[in-house]
Amino acid sequence: MKWLIDLFTSSLGRKLLMALTGLFLISFLVIHCTINAMIFYNDGGTTFSHWGHFMGTNPVIRTLEVGLVAGFLIHIFQGLLLWKRNHQARPVKYSVSKDPKSTWYSRSMGLLGTLLLLFLIMHTSHFWIPNRTHQFTQGEELPLYNMMFEVFSNPWVVFFYVVGCVSLFWHLLHGFASAFQTLGLNHLKYNGIISFIGTAFSIIVPFLFALMPIAVYLKWIN
Amino acid sequence: MKITLKVWRQKNRTTKGEFKTYQHEHVSPDMSFLEMMDVLNTELIKKGEEPIHFDHDCREGICGMCSMYINGHPHGPLQTTTCQLHMRTFKDGETITVEPWRAQAFPVIKDLVVDRSAFDRIQQAGGYVSVNTGGVPDANEIPISKNIADEAFDSAACIGCGACVAACKNSSAMLFVSAKVSQFALLPQGHAERKERAEKMVAQMDAEGFGNCSNTKACEAECPKAISVSNIARLNREYFSAMVSSYKVTVGGGE
Ligand code: SF4
Ligand code: FES
Repeated sequence: MKWLIDLFTSSLGRKLLMALTGLFLISFLVIHCTINAMIFYNDGGTTFSHWGHFMGTNPVIRTLEVGLVAGFLIHIFQGLLLWKRNHQARPVKYSVSKDPKSTWYSRSMGLLGTLLLLFLIMHTSHFWIPNRTHQFTQGEELPLYNMMFEVFSNPWVVFFYVVGCVSLFWHLLHGFASAFQTLGLNHLKYNGIISFIGTAFSIIVPFLFALMPIAVYLKWIN
Repeated sequence: MKITLKVWRQKNRTTKGEFKTYQHEHVSPDMSFLEMMDVLNTELIKKGEEPIHFDHDCREGICGMCSMYINGHPHGPLQTTTCQLHMRTFKDGETITVEPWRAQAFPVIKDLVVDRSAFDRIQQAGGYVSVNTGGVPDANEIPISKNIADEAFDSAACIGCGACVAACKNSSAMLFVSAKVSQFALLPQGHAERKERAEKMVAQMDAEGFGNCSNTKACEAECPKAISVSNIARLNREYFSAMVSSYKVTVGGGE
């Protein structure tokens, strides 16, 4: 077993954990985004609530949800730890840094991740935490569709949700392709397609997510 | 040309350093950066001051000694070594800031000289083939495809200068280590020890206190030998497959 511990406490192993949990969270985003996009049917929440109910009660999904929470926690914990280590690796900073030869968002994954963490805390306390608490105590789900209208009637909340989506865009723009590089999946034949899919994904998913509170606030959906 | 130089001066490992400003009146645009420093040092010696200490050796871009962080970039604004950087790259009257490599694993010894023996220890941990190579083998005795030979050659071009560490916001040494692991992993002579090599070199890299790569690719953009980050992906593959599949045989059977 020592080798497993050695692997996941090494620099490369910690990066591997970041990449694996990152890709897992990306796959979660696909499902989350698809189901939430059902609100655009504008059918009074029938389709959305049908799938929302499925996700909230299906035993397989509920079991996977434990993995999801673990995925988030590992990604956040490892991210913070790596950030701390990386800071310690350069105790004296440079006095000049001009025209760096890397993108600002690739250098700001810690900052973007922190913004996302703050967003996540706000977002889960709006929907997920009250809903699961209610399920546990009362055995029933909360009317998420109606709650959404209430939450997104506050322009500040809408603003912070959009900020969260913008952070997600930049975080994914680097994170998606970066995960493949860390897994060692780098090949001249496929690098182009990986970076294309990564860019498309990081535009489409956060855009759809941002559209939801905006659409509710502007009453495009009623 | 006239330039103003802001140079990091530090007496030894333990003292705190500071920037000192020097006016340099006699700079020819054809001088290399190191020659410019030599002229300045001669003036300092004549004045009875202590010259600026910096590392250098070959002065032709192959030894990797000339570590200087110039105006926010390792080896200055061009993707080359400091000895191959010429003063014509700068403007007349420009202020140039020169700092040592900054990393926990590369402590400053004096002025611009840093201790890069961490790289040596990583190399000693596994960056070799431990058999006698004997005489030169006949050409084409070991068939290696042109693609692979070229790739291995490109990886082997790493001169161990440490610019990748200096450029990286995380002070990660992964470009260096990946180049050293790759040059052997690609060739049949290196296959026998490839697992052990990847494991040992990564363990040593971690022990030295380098940071963790976050794929910003600043290293690739600053490396004077244009070592590609595809080497880092290979290092990741080598290391993960080594860690999950290597085993030790003890007398009486496997563990
Ligand atoms: S990889 Fe490039 S920058 Fe890093 S030590 Fe080798 S030659 Fe220097
Ligand atoms: S002095 Fe040898 S590479 Fe610059």
